Amino acid sequence: MGSRTVVVGASVGGTKTVQALRSQGYAGELLVVEAEPHLPYDKPPLSKGYLTGTLGRDRLNLVSDAEIKDLAVGVKLGVRAKSLDVAANELALEDGERIAFDNLIVASGVRARPSPWQAKDGVHLLRTLDDAEMLKKNLQNSRSVVVVGGGFIGAEVAAAARHFGLDVSIVDPLEVPIGRVLGDPVGKLFTRLHHLNDVATHFGNGVEAITGTKGNLTVELTDGKLLSCDLVVVGIGAVPNTEWLASSGLLIENGLVCDEYCRADGQANIFGVGDVARWYHPRQRELVRVEHWTNAVEQAACVAHNITNPKDLTRYAPVPYVWSDQYDWKIQIAGETARASDYVVVEDPSNENRFAAVYADHSGLFCGVATVNWPRAMIQCRRLLDSENAISIPLNLLNDLLPGRPG
Amino acid sequence: MPVIKADLDLCQGYANCVMEAPKFFDISDDGVVVVLQEEFAEENRAKVEAAVRSCPVSALRIEE
Repeated sequence: MGSRTVVVGASVGGTKTVQALRSQGYAGELLVVEAEPHLPYDKPPLSKGYLTGTLGRDRLNLVSDAEIKDLAVGVKLGVRAKSLDVAANELALEDGERIAFDNLIVASGVRARPSPWQAKDGVHLLRTLDDAEMLKKNLQNSRSVVVVGGGFIGAEVAAAARHFGLDVSIVDPLEVPIGRVLGDPVGKLFTRLHHLNDVATHFGNGVEAITGTKGNLTVELTDGKLLSCDLVVVGIGAVPNTEWLASSGLLIENGLVCDEYCRADGQANIFGVGDVARWYHPRQRELVRVEHWTNAVEQAACVAHNITNPKDLTRYAPVPYVWSDQYDWKIQIAGETARASDYVVVEDPSNENRFAAVYADHSGLFCGVATVNWPRAMIQCRRLLDSENAISIPLNLLNDLLPGRPG
Repeated sequence: MPVIKADLDLCQGYANCVMEAPKFFDISDDGVVVVLQEEFAEENRAKVEAAVRSCPVSALRIEE
């Protein structure tokens, strides 16, 4: 039918949009433009199994060559989008090419927030495959690392560094870094996990400066303490890749601002997908931007539906879901734990490494759940999160899962 | 009829498949996927494909 959809970004959001479009019967032309030189690859393992070496490079591929052929998608690698002409429906690339489109998918993702502290060398970020390759090589040749940032990426890097036997310290200005997501009482269990794995935590303490060179770095903390190390990894969040949209006239505010159908504000044929999209969440009733793998996949499916069914648009109202691997904990989080006002921890007496934290909002309704080493508990609770339920409902389900209970 | 295949060694129990297509997938007490119905009719293809796509470790595939 002569329609052409152009996708900017071939990470999980862009790739899954292409797959979902074909799955939902889109017959037009598809073209993906990606700034990185690599075929689509997956990012969550870069701070987990791929960094420790338990997961090989082949397991990172998001699509095979054969699948790219089946999808009948054109792929341009190693070329950045330069600018967007909304009125002309035309995308300009940095190599000078101009591409006309009927639909545009903005899936340009985020990049690691740059380190505000610069030493001569030895200070690493972790976002891309190339970052991970370089960090992995350096971890294997180092004795000690300081990780700046106690969020999920920082904690995963600390765990990977312990896997290689390094002395590990982790620094974060918050007293309980994971408390931002799970509340301080549950967050403290994650701090304890670092200690159980011989990682020194310097929480409630910022970084003043990083000086020296690889193999001989000094991290100066705001309380004056000095940490010596071979290597520093800075994991302090991410920044949306929206510079190429700056002159487009589209609304950019901490990401591409989209409506509840994931359409760029005021546009019928430009959609945001994944980490870069800040859309109006109909249930949360505010603009949100979510840097989770599952969000990119679900948003891709929603956008594909809205492109193939313009007269039957679906609003995008997902239940957030994210996982993290830290040491011997497989952590899964669903819902809006950060907004909870109360929580209950359910422990499995037969397994000290397994528990669930169930969260309630200010009116006592179930609003989120975190589990450690307990996938069945997670899915039972997660399925309840798109409707209103008293907190007793997930709690009863969890109690039924405990050994010695019926069911 | 097309058939759902699950690699139980790859599965990590993320359960995105259960969210996408609960008629076809569940998670066991051991935290791995259970395929509730291996065969599926064409009318369910989009749902099953969405479940396959949603697996973070590519543990699911469709055999035609």
